Amino acid sequence: MPKSFNVNKYLRMDKMPHIWCPGCGNGMVMSAFLRAVDSLQLDPNRLVVVSGIGCSSRISGYLDFNTLHTTHGRPLAFATGIKLAEPTLEVVVITGDGDATAIGGNHFLHSCRRNINITLIVINNYIYGMTGGQYSPLTHKGDFATTAPYGNVEPELDMCKVAESAGATYVARAITYKPVSMEDLIIKALENKGFSLVEILSQCPIYYGRLNKKGGAVEMLKWQKENTVSMKAAAQMAPSALKDKIITGVLSSRYRPEYTEEYESVIQKVQESVR
Amino acid sequence: MTSERRLMQGNEACAEGALKAGLQFFAGYPITPSTEIAEILSRRLPEQGGKFIQMEDEIASMAAVIGASLTGAKSLTATSGPGFSLKQENLGFAIMTEVPCVIVNVQRLGPSTGGPTLTAQGDVLQARWGTHGEHTIIALCPASVEETYYLTIMAFNYAERFRTPVILLMDETIGHLRESVQLDKYDKMKIFSRPRPWETPDKYLPYAAEDDAPPPMAVFGEGYRYHVTGLVHDESGFPCTGNHAAIDRLLRRLNNKIMAHQDEITLYKDTMTEDAEHLLIAFGASARSAASAVKIARREGIRAGLLQVQTLWPFPEKLIRQKTLGKRSVLVPEMNLGQYAREIKKVVSDKTMVVTLSQIDGRLFHPNKIVAYFRGEERHAEIL
Ligand SMILES: Cc1ncc(C[n+]2csc(CCOP(=O)(O)OP(=O)(O)O)c2C)c(N)n1
Ligand code: SF4
Repeated sequence: MPKSFNVNKYLRMDKMPHIWCPGCGNGMVMSAFLRAVDSLQLDPNRLVVVSGIGCSSRISGYLDFNTLHTTHGRPLAFATGIKLAEPTLEVVVITGDGDATAIGGNHFLHSCRRNINITLIVINNYIYGMTGGQYSPLTHKGDFATTAPYGNVEPELDMCKVAESAGATYVARAITYKPVSMEDLIIKALENKGFSLVEILSQCPIYYGRLNKKGGAVEMLKWQKENTVSMKAAAQMAPSALKDKIITGVLSSRYRPEYTEEYESVIQKVQESVR
Repeated sequence: MTSERRLMQGNEACAEGALKAGLQFFAGYPITPSTEIAEILSRRLPEQGGKFIQMEDEIASMAAVIGASLTGAKSLTATSGPGFSLKQENLGFAIMTEVPCVIVNVQRLGPSTGGPTLTAQGDVLQARWGTHGEHTIIALCPASVEETYYLTIMAFNYAERFRTPVILLMDETIGHLRESVQLDKYDKMKIFSRPRPWETPDKYLPYAAEDDAPPPMAVFGEGYRYHVTGLVHDESGFPCTGNHAAIDRLLRRLNNKIMAHQDEITLYKDTMTEDAEHLLIAFGASARSAASAVKIARREGIRAGLLQVQTLWPFPEKLIRQKTLGKRSVLVPEMNLGQYAREIKKVVSDKTMVVTLSQIDGRLFHPNKIVAYFRGEERHAEIL
């Protein structure tokens, strides 16, 4: 069990109750993130949380840090400006699957490529929640959405694979069903000096759940349990048993030079030669 | 800056003016005819400990500039038509959240990719109304290399003082023009920085201000831990979608904080306007053609004068009313089909004829075209 601590000290309690529907996974991610912040004893004054637009992106408003609720798809670009201008700030982006991979896909690619020291937490509920249940690039093929009334024609994107091949130095997948491991995977992301992605499979019972007859939040969490396998367990399993399973845990982790440090060294070199 | 004269390009003057104003951060995406600004700053900023980044597109550049400004850095981006279109959504975000920054648009001929190396002034109204929603903007327009330097500094000063994005609307001619300039006379110019909070973080209301003023701005990381959102917000900075009084107060204040200072924001130059029968009103590169035309016309005994508007937006209504009073005609040469002329027409007395002189072929206005109007020979003149 996670050690008990008072989440409230990191929340803007006067902004409660939050806007999320009962059973929504956003609150579970928020509390895992706050436990990670607490474990690492991050200084709230030096922590910046940037979000895009969507249900998940409303998290920024509830957190008692420096918070920036930006435009749809652009939080990584805003975060890049913050981090480059002031590299001593801890910068975290929390956003939705649509925000990060559809309208924000370009910024996602290039943030990975730069390996800028930002942690990106994507709450993947497989759908556009805020606008009422349209399909996103992460909606599975065949799934239903208000704009996919005959089943989704498009295949889904594996954003973790994209992140790894684009240059992110820490890539993990978590599930809201396992809060302790979710917290642990976020801690490791925050500790990584470089671009980190934590994709969190979450539940939107109101739209994704209803449209796809997945039941309520409890059934959806059960679905996560049945359809995911941790990296560790997967290593012991036959490929046939892994078919159609989603792998969770730390999917990749490596060293590459970090962008703002590289830029700092350019400044130093240039300034020496000017002198 | 030494007191020697220097041969300098308009885009270079913009970059140097920005540095003079205290620029610390630039984000951009290459596009003709603005690219030199990025190239120069990629070299100059690190020399001074500043930061330069070439982002993946103009949307990202505008976002990064706002992010950097929230950490306290004076920030700039530069682009041209297609990129200016892409910046519009985040430009509106900067207006709504009151984040100071400067956006340079070195105009090319449009629409679309249009003519990357062709001169035009087709973005005059886009600068005013490019982003959606009711809003007020400051846009400055230089007509020479030296003015580019000066107005870039003024753009930063206004952005910082009023906590708002400011547009520097150049055109290809001015961006690529080379002139000999002496910039040390601007060394003593006052440089402004954004208002900062004086109260302790527990008392800080990030969007509390007088009805016609910007609120003091805390920097991320200083301990104020506030919220910034593009949603309508009250004084606390948090969304207030259901509070119509607060929404009204916010949107009116965003307008008033600029309009209350319109007189000092209105920058212009005038030449022989007093006794002029025919007043030319022009800006940017076409103001240069207009200045030559005035000389030629005067030689021919035509009483012409020139009002060169440097602050295009907010529209200098009072100035235009004053200067056009009693004139026989007002001629507006611009490299579009009369975008600014139609604004002028709205405020000029019915007794004064307003004529638009247009040129949209990608070439600079020829002074003879204006003089030809006086001889009744100009085809592209339209009485409004
Ligand atoms: C430029 C722009 N396009 C569209 C929208 C409308 N919009 C708001 S949220 C959203 C999708 C959000 O989906 P996701 O990022 O997956 O977040 P969720 O709501 O599911 O948490 C869209 C399309 C917008 N706000 N801005
Ligand atoms: S619509 Fe879905 S994602 Fe949005 S708050 Fe409700 S359950 Fe959560």
